[in-house]
Amino acid sequence: MSCAITGSGGSGAVTAGSMILEAAARAGHYGLMTRSAGPQIRGGESAAMLRFGPQQITCMGDSFGILAALDWGNFSRFAGEIPLTPATLILADPDAGQAPAELEPYRPQIHWIQLRELAASRAGGRFNMVAVGAIAAAAQLPLAAVLEAATATLSRKGAEVVAAAHECIRMGYQPPSAAGAQVDGLATTTSAPDTSVAAAPPQRWNISGNEAAGLGGLRGGVRFVAAYPITPATEILEWLAPRITRLGGSLLQAEDELASINMIIGSSFGGVPSMTATSGPGLSLMMEGLGLAVASETPVVVVNVMRGGPSTGIPTKSEQSDLNIALYGLHGDAPHLVLAALDIADCVLTLHWATQLAEQLQSVAIVLSDQLLGQSRAIIDPPDTPEFNLGRRLATPPEAGQEYQRYQLTAEGLSPMSRPGQPGLSYTADGLEHNQAGTPSSLADDHATQLAKRRDKLTGFAPGPLWAEITGSGELCLLTWGSSHGAVLEAAEHLTAQGRPTRVIGLRLIAPLQSQALRAALAGTQVWVVELNQDGQLYHYLRAAAVLPEGTKALARPGPLPLRPAEIIRAITQESAHDQC
Amino acid sequence: MTSVSAAHSAKDYKSEVKPVWCPGCGHFGVLAALTKAFAYLELPKDEVVTVSGIGCSSRIAAYLDGYGFHGVHGRALALAAGLKAARPELTLVVAGGDGDGFSIGGNHFLHACRRNMDMTYVVMDNEVYGMTKGQASPTTEPDWSHSKLTPRGTGVPRFQPAAIALAAGASFIARGFAGAPNELVRLLVRALEHPGFSMVQVLSPCQTYRPEQKAWKQAVHPVEEPAPADPSEAARLIQSDDGLALGVLYAQRLPVYQPRNRVEAELADLEAEFLLSTTPP
Repeated sequence: MSCAITGSGGSGAVTAGSMILEAAARAGHYGLMTRSAGPQIRGGESAAMLRFGPQQITCMGDSFGILAALDWGNFSRFAGEIPLTPATLILADPDAGQAPAELEPYRPQIHWIQLRELAASRAGGRFNMVAVGAIAAAAQLPLAAVLEAATATLSRKGAEVVAAAHECIRMGYQPPSAAGAQVDGLATTTSAPDTSVAAAPPQRWNISGNEAAGLGGLRGGVRFVAAYPITPATEILEWLAPRITRLGGSLLQAEDELASINMIIGSSFGGVPSMTATSGPGLSLMMEGLGLAVASETPVVVVNVMRGGPSTGIPTKSEQSDLNIALYGLHGDAPHLVLAALDIADCVLTLHWATQLAEQLQSVAIVLSDQLLGQSRAIIDPPDTPEFNLGRRLATPPEAGQEYQRYQLTAEGLSPMSRPGQPGLSYTADGLEHNQAGTPSSLADDHATQLAKRRDKLTGFAPGPLWAEITGSGELCLLTWGSSHGAVLEAAEHLTAQGRPTRVIGLRLIAPLQSQALRAALAGTQVWVVELNQDGQLYHYLRAAAVLPEGTKALARPGPLPLRPAEIIRAITQESAHDQC
Repeated sequence: MTSVSAAHSAKDYKSEVKPVWCPGCGHFGVLAALTKAFAYLELPKDEVVTVSGIGCSSRIAAYLDGYGFHGVHGRALALAAGLKAARPELTLVVAGGDGDGFSIGGNHFLHACRRNMDMTYVVMDNEVYGMTKGQASPTTEPDWSHSKLTPRGTGVPRFQPAAIALAAGASFIARGFAGAPNELVRLLVRALEHPGFSMVQVLSPCQTYRPEQKAWKQAVHPVEEPAPADPSEAARLIQSDDGLALGVLYAQRLPVYQPRNRVEAELADLEAEFLLSTTPP
C-alpha cells in the first residue's frame, strides 16, 4: 500500500504522514516514509510519501495508490515525485479549489471530502487530522491503530489536542466513494473500514536513517561528536546531542566544518572514539583535516549524508554523487575506509562497523548515507547487535632500555597507540611525514615505509562477510550501493519472477575494495552497475580496479528523483532487447 | 621563580629534536620560557599537550617533550578544543604564529576566545610568514615593502590581536617579548594558571626576514600592574598603546566552558525510545 500526502507548508502533510506510518506500524505493517520539501524554512510546499505492507520496505514503489492533497499549493513541484496511475485514489477538499491541470486525466478518481468544513465543526479541529482519518479508511488501517498513533504523536501537546485530533480522525474515517477508483492491493469502495480493536503494537522500531546513523556511532563506541549544522545531516547531530551526554560523552558545536573535523581529531588523539556528520559542502571543507587524520593515524568517522551537488546543489533532496570525493578527495597517497549504508536499518550496522574499523585500523572512515535514507523514517525489526570487539590497539609501557615508537613498523602495519597522560609513551602526532618515532622526516626511505604501512594495514585486514550484501543468484547481476539498494532488490525480485534470475550485490565496504571476493561474486554474470549520479562514479571506480567482467553496463542518472524498480527493469529489458537485434 | 626542583628541571620538557629555526630566532626564547614555566608549575610532562598548526613557530610541538599534535595550518585551536572536551584533566598549550592564528585560523581564534575553554594560546608574533620565505602577515605594517608578494606594502591596516581577543570575549590577554625571558616566564605561568582561555602574544623577532625587529629590545615597555579586570578599561589600555607594551593587558574570571557529563544511561535505554509501544516518533 502506498500513499502520498501533499500540501503547502504549515498544512501538516508531514505530521499526517508520520501518523499514518505510526498507525500502519501499530496495525502490524512494516513501512517507509520519505519526505520532500522545498527550500523554504516555513510556508514552502511539503510532501510525505509512504509505503507499508507485511514485508520490510526499503524503497518507494513505482506509483502511489492514494494521493491525499491537503491543498493544491505548489502541487506541480511534486508531480515528478508522485507517479499516479488510473488506479490511484485521490482525496481532496473541494474548499481547496480546483484540481490543477496536470490532474485532469485523473479527475474521475478524485474523492472529494470536506476536510476543512469537518475540522471546523470541532473546536481545535485540524483538517490534516480529518485527512488522516480519510487516508486510514481508504488504506484499510484499523481505526484503533490510527487513534493510538494520534495519541502517541500528540500526547506531549496535551489531552485536549489529542481529543480534538481523535474526533477529526473519526469524522474523516469513512469509506472512499470516488467513482471508478480501485486502490491497488486493497479492498474496493464497497468494503467497510476496519474498526476492530488494535492488538498490542509489535516490537518494532520507528526510526529515521539519521537517527540510525547516530545510534550506530554510539554502538561503535563514539563518545565525542563535533557538530556543524548542514542539511540533510543535521538530525544526526541533533539526535546525538542530548543522548551522547547521557552516556558520559560530549558534543561540541563547532564554528565551521574546518573546526569540526579538527575537533574530532583532537578528541580521538585523546583516546575517545569520535565522529562528525556533514553533507557535500562540509565534506569538501574537511578534506585537509581528513588527510591529517590519515597521516597521523588518528581514527575518525565522518558521516556524509549526500544531497544533490556540486556546490550548494539541491540541499533538501537526494543524490549519490559524493562517491568520487569520498574516494579521491584527499591529496597525496592517502588510503582510508569508505563505506555506504544500504538502507535505514543498515545505517545502524554500517556506522557501528565503520567506527570499530576506524578504531582498529587507526584510520579515517567516510560513511556515505544520503537524504533519502537520512530524512526518511522506517518501521523495522530492531537491528541485531553484533559484537565486533575490534577496538584500538593500545600501547603498553616499553621495557627498560626501549623507547616507545608510535609509528613502529609491524607485520600488519598497525602500531600500538598511546593516549596523552600515559607516562613514558609520549609522542607528537604530525601531518608532516615522519619516521617510526614520529619525528618529522623528509627522507625517501621514511616516506616509502610509512606510506606502505598506511596502505598495508588497510589492504591486509580481512573484513569478513559484511563487505557486501549478496542476494540471490542468476545470470544477471545488479551491483549497487547506498539507498539505491532497495529499488534494485525490488527490481531483481520482479526480474526473477519474470524468469530472469537476478543477483543483487550491495557494496557496504567500498574502500578498500574487496576485489577478489567481488570478482568471484560477479563471475559468469551480465553485470549492471546501478547508482544515482550522472557520471557513473562507482562504475568508473570498479572499471579502474579491473573487477568488472567484459560487457558490464552502467545504469546511472542524477537525482533528486530516486531510482524506482520499474525504471531499472525497463532499462535492463530494453537494453537486452537491443542486444538481441 | 628561578628555583626549580630537581624533579622538574626545564630541560626535562625539551625533546631531542633539533629545531629548524634560524640562529637568533625569537622562538628559541619562547621554547625556553615555556619549559621553565612548566618546570616552575611542576606540571607532569605527560599531562601537558602542545597543539600547533603550521609555520616556523608551530614546529615547537616537536621540540617539547611530552605529548603534542602538530596539525594543519590554522586549525590548532579547533583540534585543542576537541581534545580538551574529551580530556578535561590535561593541560593544553596551543602554540603558533601570527599567520597561522590570525589569518588562516582567524575564525577559530574568535571562537576560541568566546568559548573560553581552559587552555593557553601562545602566539609567536614576528609580523611575517617565515616558513614561506617572507610574506606580509595580518600583523605586518601596511607599508612594509620587502615581500615579492606585496612590493608596495599590503596597504591594509594591521590586525590587532589583543583588541580582537578582548572583543571576542577572551578572559586573559597578555603580551610578552622573546628578548625578555624572565618576564615571559612569569607571564606564561600566570596564563597557565588562569582558568579559561589565555592568550599570550609574544613578540618574537625574525632575524632573517625582519632584522629591523632587533630594535624591539629598546622599544618595549611594561604596562602598569595590576591588569584591568574591566573590559572597557582594558580596551582603553589596548587601544592607546603602541603594540609594544608588555604585561597582562586584561584578566577576568569568566565562566569556563567545559562539558563534564556523567554516565546516567545505558545504550539500551536510548534504543528503547525507538520501540513503537513506548515513545512517539
